[in-house]
Amino acid sequence: MVDQYETSNDATLTLPRVQERIPTVVVDDAHVIYRVHKGATGGSSPVAALRRIVTRTSEPNIREVHAVKGVTFTAYRGEAIGLIGSNGSGKSTLLRAIAGLLPVNRGAVYTQGQPSLLGVNAALLNDLSGERNVTLGCLAMGMTPAEVQRQTPEIIEFSGINERGDFASLPMRTYSSGMAARLRFSIAAAKKHDVLLIDEALATGDKGFRKRSEQRVRELRESAGTVFLVSHQLSSIRDTCERTIWLESGVLRMDGATDEVIRAYEAFANGK
Amino acid sequence: MANTALADPDSGLTQAQLAARYGLRVADRPPTLAEYSRRLWHYRHFIATYANAKLVASFSNARLGQLWQVLTPLTNAAVYYLIFGLVLEQRSIPNFIAYLCTGLFIFNFTQTAAQNGTTAISGNLGLIRALHFPRACLPLAVTVTQFQQLLGSLVVLLAIVLVTGEPITFAWLILVPAVLLQTVFNAGLTMVVARMGAKVSDLRQVMPFVMRAWMYGSGVLYSVVLFEDNLPAWASRLVEFNPMLVYIELARVALLEDAPVLNSSLPQLWLVALGWAIVMGVGGYLYFWRGEQEYGRG
Repeated sequence: MVDQYETSNDATLTLPRVQERIPTVVVDDAHVIYRVHKGATGGSSPVAALRRIVTRTSEPNIREVHAVKGVTFTAYRGEAIGLIGSNGSGKSTLLRAIAGLLPVNRGAVYTQGQPSLLGVNAALLNDLSGERNVTLGCLAMGMTPAEVQRQTPEIIEFSGINERGDFASLPMRTYSSGMAARLRFSIAAAKKHDVLLIDEALATGDKGFRKRSEQRVRELRESAGTVFLVSHQLSSIRDTCERTIWLESGVLRMDGATDEVIRAYEAFANGK
Repeated sequence: MANTALADPDSGLTQAQLAARYGLRVADRPPTLAEYSRRLWHYRHFIATYANAKLVASFSNARLGQLWQVLTPLTNAAVYYLIFGLVLEQRSIPNFIAYLCTGLFIFNFTQTAAQNGTTAISGNLGLIRALHFPRACLPLAVTVTQFQQLLGSLVVLLAIVLVTGEPITFAWLILVPAVLLQTVFNAGLTMVVARMGAKVSDLRQVMPFVMRAWMYGSGVLYSVVLFEDNLPAWASRLVEFNPMLVYIELARVALLEDAPVLNSSLPQLWLVALGWAIVMGVGGYLYFWRGEQEYGRG
């Protein structure tokens, strides 16, 4: 069922010289199980809680979700890998496990350096101006103040938030969701990451920005990083990634060249 | 791998061996204490900028803006003076206004640091889940923000003390080391409540009551001599070691000529103040560091 993608053969065919492939992310039979609070349901009344304490049963409004079930793959330096799958198939969970933000219950995730996860919900300080958020975000990524000063104009320029007047000096709460997402992407993309994980971030921008950010993803890849991209927009995966992993219900369904995987995925999605 | 002519040296390795060969590390490995401290030092500019940003943001929706930094402690002092000074009429304490304000402003420094500390992690999950930085930056930034606030209210306090007729003496210099020790204590306390608040979100609801009880136990609103008069000897001894009472007494010794104090021996007061700063500062840091991998998960 799983098509193992033999990148080495491909690489030797297309590249004139044999490059040493350096793995940056090694995922070994990773299982992620997390506990979900179902919130206040009928079983959370004080009487029910008391009964549970007396009868020593566990809380009913916590349910375990086995989101990733034994995924194994290796990502190499310079690759851009798309992650596709239906809603709730475990793509975002897998990314968070690679970023070290969710523990794996079984198996292991090995990474080079510290992967950075860039998601649409990566909130900055909404009461502060865009410019100050750029400074903060860059410092939070570990840049020195001098680097931050040099990079700030570039980041604002790249995000394009000043295209319609001086928005950089306005608080971020006045931004549209697309503008905020663009600024967040621009901040994260300003630094060279060994491994950059992008969760649907490109989908929010307008067409012009999407083009620029796809270009930026390619640059990041060339500067020796590995990029993972989760998106439901198959076109943006097709444009940026040459390798794609298809997850379905937490299981790795297919891993291979983007065109092949997307074709199989589309057939699967249409047949459903 | 079928292609033997271009044999991949990595074929035949298990995933774990492959990772070891290229020096990859487990993604959620906890940092050592030395490594953590070094990274924290690298992030000092982030702490300062973040603290400053928070200070600016906290008043950004108010029309009077930064002025509230001074107005808040002033209105607080006015309300307490109305009730404890005028309605309940304190006679035992000379210069009650200055006595009250000193206690109130010093206590408020720790109170707001602890209260904001409980949400330092749980209120910044977006930032934590998006970027990797030593999480101790967040509670430390809370402490720095509150320290900046304190500097504002200290100016008000010194003005009040002068206006109510206290002389300027060399004893005022005591305030500098006293406030610094309290800041270290606060940093530790903030890190402790930040870790606890990250796990138990109910802590935010409990904190106001804890802080109120602590305030009554620190002799902010009434004469500290009441502890000696009305409590059994052992309990009064215990109150003498209350860190907040100690920091408040140091400030009162510094600023006021003849305020009643519970700790009659000044060396003991300094020792307890120093001891609490070290225990809380170091203990809080270790406690917070041990939980580093848990923040932002769930």
